[in-house]
Amino acid sequence: MNEVNLDTKPNLDRRDFLTKSSIGLAGLAIAPGMMLFDLAHGRAQDEAVSNKVRWGMLIDNTKCESGCNDCVTACNTENGLSGGTKPTDSQWIRKVQLKDTLTGHVSSLPMMCQHCEHPPCVDVCPTQASFKRADGIVLVDKHICIGCRYCVMACPYQARSFVHEVLTDQKTEVPRGKGTVESCTLCVHRIDKGGTTACAEACSKAGHEAILFGDLNDPESAISKRIRSVASIQVRADLGLNTGVRYEGI
Amino acid sequence: MKIGIRLTAILFSVFIATAVCAADKPQVPQLDVGKGGQCVEDPKLMRKIHMNLLKHQRDETMHKGIRGQKYSLADCVECHASNKTNSVLGSNEAFCQGCHTYAAVKLDCFECHTSKRKVTAEASK
Repeated sequence: MNEVNLDTKPNLDRRDFLTKSSIGLAGLAIAPGMMLFDLAHGRAQDEAVSNKVRWGMLIDNTKCESGCNDCVTACNTENGLSGGTKPTDSQWIRKVQLKDTLTGHVSSLPMMCQHCEHPPCVDVCPTQASFKRADGIVLVDKHICIGCRYCVMACPYQARSFVHEVLTDQKTEVPRGKGTVESCTLCVHRIDKGGTTACAEACSKAGHEAILFGDLNDPESAISKRIRSVASIQVRADLGLNTGVRYEGI
Repeated sequence: MKIGIRLTAILFSVFIATAVCAADKPQVPQLDVGKGGQCVEDPKLMRKIHMNLLKHQRDETMHKGIRGQKYSLADCVECHASNKTNSVLGSNEAFCQGCHTYAAVKLDCFECHTSKRKVTAEASK
């Protein structure tokens, strides 16, 4: 009897040991993946945004198709906009036609909030509702916006819209309401979860890849590499606003 | 004289007892709690300070980008939207509107935020 006990005991221990250690190893193997899932763009969800990153977009005008409106449609769907183009309708992004009067060359590009480093809309806001987040995204805090529309006047890109009428059926992530000013949020609700903007996604889906979204402060990001190697411009660079949205090929 | 005092004392105690009984059964609104379940805080506390919790967290989210925290209006709606109408507004039984009407407090949240539970792609199929 004793011999049997002595024989079985080490076997059981070994089995236990193997089972436990394999569970431990599995845990270790999963842990890095879990971390990647939890962190959005290298930031934990409960961590405040910092100025270590600066979000921006590079729009390649040569790849932007003239008749294509996919970015606008995607923006409207994502943010619950009506899609109307009357002066009283909100437009966060719109396609602009450019014509060189000398050569007759026509090109089109998407125009939206340029997420300036020195935003005029923030300068003029009397309630500090218009503000720039640490990571460079310019937003309107509608809780404190009084709807004076100074920012609409101040914006050189005419990127801001005023909500004139009562709205219903807003998106959960995109609250919008009458009496406040709004504009492109650079899909902040997506970025905070580690995503990209709806317009950039739609452009890739359409196969144009004209909109490149990324971190301008990270020298290794695709957008930084691109603006380092190719000439790109800021629209109305003379104003010295240092826009976060840049264009190439115009 | 003594009897008079005693009678007054008895009447007084009866009066207090009825008052206490009445306080036991206040006319509270009958609310449709939707999915319900375990709230993020004690419901008694939530009734008193939910607005403070929401206001604190909204600033954190808006200005600092801190999301997915404990007190979120979207989560209020997620749990408490009526199972019939999918909304926290619409009637005096609705979770938010019912109580706010009872307390006569203006409810501004839903002028911008949606009062409807987010319908997932799977649920809408």
